[in-house]
Amino acid sequence: MAQKPATTAKEMAQVETIIGRILQVGVVISAIIMLIGLAMFLITGYSGYEGSFVPRHMGMILAGTWQLRPYAIMMLGVYCLILTPVLRVVVSIYAFYKEKDHLYVAITTLVLIILLIALVIGVKG
Amino acid sequence: MIHTAIIMLAVGIFAGIAGSILGIGGGMIITPILTLGMGLNIKYAIGASIIAVIATSSGSTIAYLRDNVLNLRVAMFLEIATTIGAIVGALLTGVLDPKYLYLLFGCLLVFSGWNMYRKLRRGSEVLQRVEPDKIAAKLKLNGTYFDKAEMKDIDYQVENVPAGFSVMFGAGVASGLLGIGSGAFKVMALDTFMKMPLKPSSSTSNLMMGVTAAASATVYFFNGAILPGIAVPMALGILVGAVIGSRIMQVLPARWIRIVFIPIILYIGFEMLFKGLGVHF
Repeated sequence: MAQKPATTAKEMAQVETIIGRILQVGVVISAIIMLIGLAMFLITGYSGYEGSFVPRHMGMILAGTWQLRPYAIMMLGVYCLILTPVLRVVVSIYAFYKEKDHLYVAITTLVLIILLIALVIGVKG
Repeated sequence: MIHTAIIMLAVGIFAGIAGSILGIGGGMIITPILTLGMGLNIKYAIGASIIAVIATSSGSTIAYLRDNVLNLRVAMFLEIATTIGAIVGALLTGVLDPKYLYLLFGCLLVFSGWNMYRKLRRGSEVLQRVEPDKIAAKLKLNGTYFDKAEMKDIDYQVENVPAGFSVMFGAGVASGLLGIGSGAFKVMALDTFMKMPLKPSSSTSNLMMGVTAAASATVYFFNGAILPGIAVPMALGILVGAVIGSRIMQVLPARWIRIVFIPIILYIGFEMLFKGLGVHF
């Protein structure tokens, strides 16, 4: 037991650095999108839509982003932020695979499958 | 409009710092501020709080990953329980009277607060048993972290894996049912039941919260509970706060974290008990 944690810790440090980088990029991208949307909203004082309407379907958000409507860009940023934990699970599967830890490839894949089931339930309401 | 954005940014920075130090998601902080303080409809408050949970988690795990405090294996293994719990919770919404859930979790939190207080007085921080727990060893859950406050690597073991797994399932149910990150329960499962040291507990809980919240956040996103004018400045504030908070947390002695955490966990516990009993103030 005494020598085992040291090697595991070293392996994990490497894995964690890779995951950290990828996640960092994901978070920074969603922050930049949110920041652009917020800046446009505050400068123009207009959400891009009538009244207090908020676009919430993916098609409408993407179309609105293309038309540079502030609320659509802000919602796109929020959606990217929601996806960052999912991205982390995906990257962790790859990291455990690189580490040849099959037990944890299986465990993490199971988590991803459960998450996808949750997403399907969420979209279907 | 600019006024609201600045307030939400400030609220976010505060919630991000507090959340990342304690491993709680900010839902418990954000919801009262938005409903009681700003008079926002509870539906939108919950929508904002679930985004807050993800922002806290994603913002602070960046720092944790680099500093190697997090236990990724523990997180992934227990996420099986939290994500299944979250689905069950989401399906149970409307069927189950949340009263019982409030009561159960209120009791658990008060118990956990008491337990942390006892630990604080005993002062023992790291579990070092001669005979390591069989399940923990098999699942490679024991780990090491570098404590910046004490300037050394600390090896630790975990135990009571089935109990921790069960509490995590309950935390997932609460998360799906109430739209919160239920970080307090996650820290409790790791710290009180599995005997993981507080710092890895907080950061591991933080990571798990994001993954659990991602599932319920999609539901809230598509049913229109998210107001961009509120959620976006708050999320940006939280990302900044979470990075600051996780820096502070690394150099803060574990004892102080416990001292801050105990009153909060007791407060939430009693609040939930009162809610379950139908007592209003």
